[in-house]
Amino acid sequence: MIEIKNLHVSTDGKEILKGLSLSVDAGEVHAIMGPNGSGKSTLSYVLSGREGYTVTSGSVAYEGKNLLEMEADERACEGIFLAFQYPVEIPGVNSSYFLKAAVNAKRKYRGEPEMNAMEFMKLIKEKMQIVEMKQELLARSVNEGFSGGEKKRNEVFQMAVLEPRLAILDETDSGLDIDALRIVASGVNALRNEERSMIVVTHYQRLLDYIQPDYVHVLADGVIIKSGDRKLALELEKKGYSWLDKSA
Amino acid sequence: MNSIIEHYCGEHAAIKDQLPGASLNWLNASRDVALATFEEKGFPDLKIEDWKYTDVRPIEKRLFKLAQKANHPIDAATINTCLCKDMACHLMVFVDGRYSQNLSDPGSSAGLVAIKDLRTALTEDADVLEANLGKIADASKSGFSALNMALMNDGAYIHIADNASLELPIHLMFFSSGKEQTITSQARILIMAGAGSQAKVIESYHSVTDNVYFNNITTEIKTGENASIEHYKLQQENNKAFHIATLQVDQAKDSTFTSFSISMGARIARNDINAWMGDEGATCNLYGLYITEGRQHSDFHTRIDHVKPHCNSSEFYKGILDGHSRAVFNGQVHIYPDAQKSAAEQGNNNLLLSRNAEVDTKPQLEIHADDVTASHGATVGQLDDDMMFYLRSRGIDYNSAQALLVYGFAHDIVEKMTIESLRYYLEVALVKRIPNVGQLSELVEKHPRFL
Repeated sequence: MIEIKNLHVSTDGKEILKGLSLSVDAGEVHAIMGPNGSGKSTLSYVLSGREGYTVTSGSVAYEGKNLLEMEADERACEGIFLAFQYPVEIPGVNSSYFLKAAVNAKRKYRGEPEMNAMEFMKLIKEKMQIVEMKQELLARSVNEGFSGGEKKRNEVFQMAVLEPRLAILDETDSGLDIDALRIVASGVNALRNEERSMIVVTHYQRLLDYIQPDYVHVLADGVIIKSGDRKLALELEKKGYSWLDKSA
Repeated sequence: MNSIIEHYCGEHAAIKDQLPGASLNWLNASRDVALATFEEKGFPDLKIEDWKYTDVRPIEKRLFKLAQKANHPIDAATINTCLCKDMACHLMVFVDGRYSQNLSDPGSSAGLVAIKDLRTALTEDADVLEANLGKIADASKSGFSALNMALMNDGAYIHIADNASLELPIHLMFFSSGKEQTITSQARILIMAGAGSQAKVIESYHSVTDNVYFNNITTEIKTGENASIEHYKLQQENNKAFHIATLQVDQAKDSTFTSFSISMGARIARNDINAWMGDEGATCNLYGLYITEGRQHSDFHTRIDHVKPHCNSSEFYKGILDGHSRAVFNGQVHIYPDAQKSAAEQGNNNLLLSRNAEVDTKPQLEIHADDVTASHGATVGQLDDDMMFYLRSRGIDYNSAQALLVYGFAHDIVEKMTIESLRYYLEVALVKRIPNVGQLSELVEKHPRFL
């Protein structure tokens, strides 16, 4: 699905990723764990095409294509989805206008006919159930005045609507209480399937109790210093990140 | 003597016997005083602080004439395209500043004491008008306000009964017929809202042709105790029109006044909006949106006076500027020494879509009481990078994302409106003004309003 090789990335003249390599196959869920400042968010942004990051060397192949040559919207249409750590509030832009524009952009890209109002409504109603999303939120502006939990639910709801092939979840657990975390995680789990891959970026093990990864990688100072299965996350929880600094 | 002074004094002399209320001594006296003020001041020049960014010389270059009567080249179909189609309302239509009985449908309601054109009102309700007309707005404030007082040749008088809650909005539509060139309209609107009443009033301005004309309008509103009035103004005139307007509100105790002023048209549009909160517990909300392109010039000057304690004001204006256009925002808030426990907030945000556009924004808070909360902020900038990335990360291409954000920036004001059909009309009108609009128009027009 995605093959990241020896990726070096700088922002504001500072190198953040220093030779990161990662390979994710279809249907797999990979967790990226690491302390603050290790480069987790940079990885999420570089993969989703945010401006302001310079790839100085390395490559990213996504389904055989050079991902780094694509604009952010092209990547989304190709099936990449970023669930934001801090979802952006967009005053004045109605949530359902926004979603309909996104759905139809993707369909147009794939050469499919646009969805009409009836089909769109049906899709929305079906997907809202996955994260127990309140319908009234869709009548509001995108994320405006949403609580922290509602914003994160909205991210997973959008993911459900847009049906990505590769979802990147950036610190999806941050700022969530345990009930909200449970709803968001069960939404994510409902979207797991054999075709869809996920990269779950998180600081804390807690999220991985709910979204159980196939692989766990530890990111420190811009490189993956250790990879393993779920047990690695539990070990990290017990011993802290400093344990790895010493063993690395 | 300056040629415009000579010209407009001549207009006055020629028609003064035919002006509304020409037999009323008090009115003639007020007109004479105003005419003298106009003779002294003429039109404001750039040396006057309040007008330093708005050059009105283009209005002086033409000698505009008052329309003798309402011409009727406007049919009901045209009115429909400029109206929120299915909006039921109390409708008064003016053509070239003259009331058109044929096109109007003021209807009636138990809550409406009066909905009349100015001429009729000056005949039938002279006492009420004597006590209020020209008493709310200051005719000596500028040459324009003086000229309107001296020449006002038509307009509307609306009176809402105590404790009445009007079911339908009142809509005053002003068309320029374009039949004759260089027409001026000097309309005057007086709205009296009884104690405890609730009503919504719309003023809208439209052009039927590309001819140049000059609107100089004064609106006076008096709210009774605990009344709640929403005033909507939509200015959608052609890019050659000149539009000068003053809205003055006199608010009683515990009353709420909310103004929406949308300025999208005209070559020069200047709006003065002033609220006087002369008693305790009043609330004033001013919202505005200006969208300019080409060589358009928009100027909003607002002033809110917190005279007594426990009054609240909030003011939010947004501007979108393209081309070589220019906009001015000046927001004055005065909190008097006696006005403790006042709360005032103000914001003015501007989006520049072109490097050649220019905006001058000036918040002006003068606070003479110590126990108040007041805030203000002004921004001028381009589209937000975080918002752009968020939209694009969902597959929306660059141009569409930009259009959506520009739309959203403006819609933030529009969505606060409580008249649904007006809001929808404006959404569609807004989309037409956004560059690279792409599929957005379809999105707005065909989107299911199921939520």
